[in-house]
Amino acid sequence: MISLAGIDRIFQVGDQTVHALANVNLEITAGEYVSIMGPSGSGKSTLLNIVGLLDRPTDGIYKLDGRDVTGLSDEDQARVRREKIGFVFQAFHLVPRLTALENVAVPMMLAGIGINERRRRAAKSLGDFGLGDRMDHRPSQLSGGQRQRVAMARATIMRPPVLLADEPTGNLDRASGHEVVGLLEQLNASGVTLIVVTHDPELGQRARRQLHMVDGSIDTDDVLQP
Amino acid sequence: MMQPGDILRFSTRSLTGFRTRTILMVIAMAIGVGAVVVLTALGEGARRYVVNEFSSLGTNLIIVFPGRTETGGNVPGMLVGRSPRDLTLEDAVAVLRSRHVTRIAPLNIGSAYLSRGRLSREAPVLGTTYEFRDIRRLEMGRGSFLPPADPTKAQSICVIGQTLAEELFPNEEPIGQWLRIGDRRFRVIGVLGSKGRSLGFDTDELAIIPVASAQQLFNQPSLFRILVETRHRESLDTAREEIRRILKDRHEGDEDVTVVTQDAVLATFDRILRTLTLAVGGIAAISLAVAGILTMNVMLVAVSQRTAEIGLLKAIGASRQQIRNLFFAEAALLSACGAIVGLGLGAAGILIIRQIYPAFPAAAPLWAVAAAVLTAALTGVSFSVMPARRAARLDPVIALAKR
Ligand SMILES: Nc1ncnc2c1ncn2[C@@H]1O[C@H](COP(=O)(O)OP(=O)(O)OP(=O)(O)O)[C@@H](O)[C@H]1O
Ligand SMILES: [Mg+2]
Repeated sequence: MISLAGIDRIFQVGDQTVHALANVNLEITAGEYVSIMGPSGSGKSTLLNIVGLLDRPTDGIYKLDGRDVTGLSDEDQARVRREKIGFVFQAFHLVPRLTALENVAVPMMLAGIGINERRRRAAKSLGDFGLGDRMDHRPSQLSGGQRQRVAMARATIMRPPVLLADEPTGNLDRASGHEVVGLLEQLNASGVTLIVVTHDPELGQRARRQLHMVDGSIDTDDVLQP
Repeated sequence: MMQPGDILRFSTRSLTGFRTRTILMVIAMAIGVGAVVVLTALGEGARRYVVNEFSSLGTNLIIVFPGRTETGGNVPGMLVGRSPRDLTLEDAVAVLRSRHVTRIAPLNIGSAYLSRGRLSREAPVLGTTYEFRDIRRLEMGRGSFLPPADPTKAQSICVIGQTLAEELFPNEEPIGQWLRIGDRRFRVIGVLGSKGRSLGFDTDELAIIPVASAQQLFNQPSLFRILVETRHRESLDTAREEIRRILKDRHEGDEDVTVVTQDAVLATFDRILRTLTLAVGGIAAISLAVAGILTMNVMLVAVSQRTAEIGLLKAIGASRQQIRNLFFAEAALLSACGAIVGLGLGAAGILIIRQIYPAFPAAAPLWAVAAAVLTAALTGVSFSVMPARRAARLDPVIALAKR
């Protein structure tokens, strides 16, 4: 379902060029649970951003469901992000002036779904993530773990087949981190393709497929036998 | 695609979410719009005021004054270097020969010290005749106006305004008393009614004496003006030509007087005051521009503050067009609020002016209101949409990383 071929990502900082990704080739099939680990600066986030269409590769071809998405128009890219990909950030990135319910409903609003259906679906989703009694709270009135769960509700509200998480537990304590990971794995169990970037080896080793990155390349690609 | 109602709701939430910024912007725009409304209302009020004043004088009026103001090409060579002839009382009487003319009032004007006992003050003194009262529609308070008489005969009588009466004859009946004007003595025969200010003369502070007396008092044989009333409004132009011819004949063929209809004077005033309103409107437009620049700065800051939000919206599936729409709606709402509050401020300002000066018909002209609102809308929208467009073009990662 995800197919990367010869992906390069070069940053130009002043007269210095940084090769964040160098010739990355990767195939991920639907329903997989993949963790990406590696030292800081090895290109994990850059890779995830390209997969999530938040960034564009300098070179190479990225196919999603067999369709080349690197050269899509802005309108089509937006549609792919909206319908196919859910993204969970380390820093949550909720809109501070909107309530939990409204934050979760934003992707549906962008998709043109009516307000009543939005309310219903967002409320149900927040309930599923254990936030049924926090729907009218603003992000500043929620704990870190609760915020990340709101962000996950938002990422999954359009029922995307792919869920990407960049250090989703990075800003959380152990207990809330475990909770969040448990929820992500539940989603994967229901068929969603899950890719998690993490620094935590314990967390990374829970994934069936573990990628290890070094200097912008995939160093090892281990698939655990069940 | 996104529903219009949602765009509006989301923008409203942004505006209420960033309350301080929103209030600041609304105030800035409101002051700009309000300034345009109030200042042009003052200019327009001045224009209407003058027009009203002239209309109250009667519309079939011709004004004659010495010297030529029009610089036509037909000035005879023999006139060069010669000062214009006096406009005399005999000229004024001669004007009556035109059958279109019903009344005339010669005018002489100066300033003199009025005194009675130890009380004294300076006041404008007008020399004229019996007819002046009807032409100017003056009301009498007490006593009588100058009686009908031979205009060439000096008489020691005067009519004074109310303020003069109160100041020079405190707690006394002025009628029948003597008053010193300059170096002559005059008997007060009447006190003018309070008509307020009229055409630059405050009739309350005016002293009126027979025209021949004024000529002696100021040692000025030439008249300041002749006011001429015609039979009908329709005969105004014919009358003007006849007066011109009569005076030309009397002045040995020289056209050394100016004869204008009141309409012409009115048109000139109208033009001057329209220009004034425009100039004042221009000054107000500067304040509007300042408001616009303030708007631009606040919006620039706001958009860079919200670049991360724009990045997030893109990351969760917003297209460039949607982001542009959201910011456009936000700016349009903001400008609309600013314009409405500004119009409210302007209306309040006009109301206050009318309370303080009830006689002054302050009213903002429609074009100024429209221009103010349009400018507010344009600056608000263009200055907020421009930076938003730029932010919307960024890749989501870059936008998200901005703080
Ligand atoms: N916007 C950018 N401009 C310039 N260089 C960048 C940019 N983003 C990333 N890089 C560089 O690209 C390389 C890879 O960065 P990336 O963020 O992908 O690392 P990472 O593996 O996610 O690290 P970490 O574990 O610390 O999050 C780094 O050397 C980084 O300095
Ligand atoms: Mg990273």
